[in-house]
Amino acid sequence: MRLEFSARKILGDFALDVSIAAPGDRVGLFGPSGSGKSTIVNILSGLVAPDSGRIVLDGESLFDREKGIDLPPELRRIAVVFQHPHLFPHLDVRENLLFGWKRCPPALRRIGLDPVIEALELETILPRAVHHLSGGEQQRVSLGRALLSSPRLMLLDEPLSALDDSLKYRVIPFLRKTFDDFAVPFLFISHSLMEMRLMTDRVAVLDRGRVVEETGAEALAVGRMGAGGAAYVNLLRLSVPRMRNGLSVYRWGGTELAISGGGKAGETVFELSARDIILFRKHPEAISARNLLDCRVIRLHEFDGRIGIELACGGERFIAEVMQETATELDIRPGTVLYAAIKASAFREIL
Amino acid sequence: MLAPTDYEAILLSLKVGVVATILALPAGFATAALLAYGKFRGKTMIEIVVNLPLTLPPVVVGYLLLLLLGEHGALAPLLHFLGLRLIFTWKAAVIASVVVGFPLLVRAIRISLEAIDPALVRVSRTLGATRRDALFSIVVPLSMRGILAGSSLMFARSLGEFGATVLVAGNMPGRTQTLPLAIYEYASAPGGERAAGVLCAVSVAISVVVLFFHEWLGRKAAQRDRGR
Repeated sequence: MRLEFSARKILGDFALDVSIAAPGDRVGLFGPSGSGKSTIVNILSGLVAPDSGRIVLDGESLFDREKGIDLPPELRRIAVVFQHPHLFPHLDVRENLLFGWKRCPPALRRIGLDPVIEALELETILPRAVHHLSGGEQQRVSLGRALLSSPRLMLLDEPLSALDDSLKYRVIPFLRKTFDDFAVPFLFISHSLMEMRLMTDRVAVLDRGRVVEETGAEALAVGRMGAGGAAYVNLLRLSVPRMRNGLSVYRWGGTELAISGGGKAGETVFELSARDIILFRKHPEAISARNLLDCRVIRLHEFDGRIGIELACGGERFIAEVMQETATELDIRPGTVLYAAIKASAFREIL
Repeated sequence: MLAPTDYEAILLSLKVGVVATILALPAGFATAALLAYGKFRGKTMIEIVVNLPLTLPPVVVGYLLLLLLGEHGALAPLLHFLGLRLIFTWKAAVIASVVVGFPLLVRAIRISLEAIDPALVRVSRTLGATRRDALFSIVVPLSMRGILAGSSLMFARSLGEFGATVLVAGNMPGRTQTLPLAIYEYASAPGGERAAGVLCAVSVAISVVVLFFHEWLGRKAAQRDRGR
């Protein structure tokens, strides 16, 4: 997917002036509420016309003020999944699913009903009225309905913010797998840094109607370290564990991690708070933590009284966070060799 | 028990009600949509004009229609040109019914339109529906309760219409005499009490049927909206 998007729009005292060139199939749009994310969704999908600008998707002009091009929403083939499912109340689940499919020209239909029903586990609820569905079911139907319109691009406008954390982490792998399987590129819009890191590769950061940064999702997380007082969270994608003394042991770069919990086959994503890592200047002979990693300091990130220490260990990188004072006492600087102790219970399985 | 002209009055009343309702429906829907979704200067003025017949005495409405459609009325040259004679025909009764029933129709449809989540229309557009398609596949079905409620109210109002009708259509038995006009005639002539009573009973019966139908449709639409 290649999207070139530039638009200016004045709405009351809010001014949007944005230019995004998004290559790749998993692009994020990150910003606080009121930064213009939803305005961009409306402009991209053709529901709102910008005052000026140009939108080109995969070589086709969707909007060009100068050339007088403004494709109506129904011809853009950009589907939107909103925070709220917005199912059609007078149609049952099957009719909702087929709404966009019926309106997609047959030659352009790439996605069929059966694979979607199977992927989103909708078989049992097909004849049901939408009022009788749970929130999660409604959101799945909404996603299926959008997919079945065979869109060239899908806009996911805060689709997870209505869900609580545990449900959210169950939905994310589902979303990723669905979009991979059906090869539908998406623009993922959210104010949650964690969602950005789990869903997208490239991220455009919005603030008060402007793109202030275009970066990788991980780089964004590192750059925002300490924002809002929360600790940086390391995300570790680990697979193929073996069991040892009741702990799951995963290979991680050139070393191993012992983790309590985990153990499922396939890839598991664990989070590890940067504040749950204890650093030693010298090898501690005996400690209770199950993991002691031999690492080297690559870079230091300073932010209000704390320091994020980027560490390399057996080809992998992670970040530990300490107070400024500690860093000075231990004389930590790039190149310093440290020992990082991590309890097996400090890892939290999220996906 | 009933004279032939009485049957004709009953049939004419039903005919005027049905034709008036069918004729008013598209304009009523369009006006309701304009008032529900439109943002423009002068909207309040349109609201007042639409609702005026609700508060005016029907006789005033009839008199104004007479000034408009009469032999020397404001629209007389146009009607002449079109070869149309409306005044003192059953068509004038239809027009009187349309004007007095219109506010009820618009009000009911407007309430149901305003209850539709506008996001549903936007979603339908992103799924490939044109404006027209969204109108017929989303807006009309979701406002069906209001359309049915408004239509039956309008029909019922037409059945009861007297003041405007008597002025513009006259009270000619067999030609422009509707049920209320026939009752009026019997009631105001000596010895007509019995016939007036029978026609009143017919009137009540029709109204009960209409209201039953109204309730039934409303319940059906509510069931459908709540899910089958």
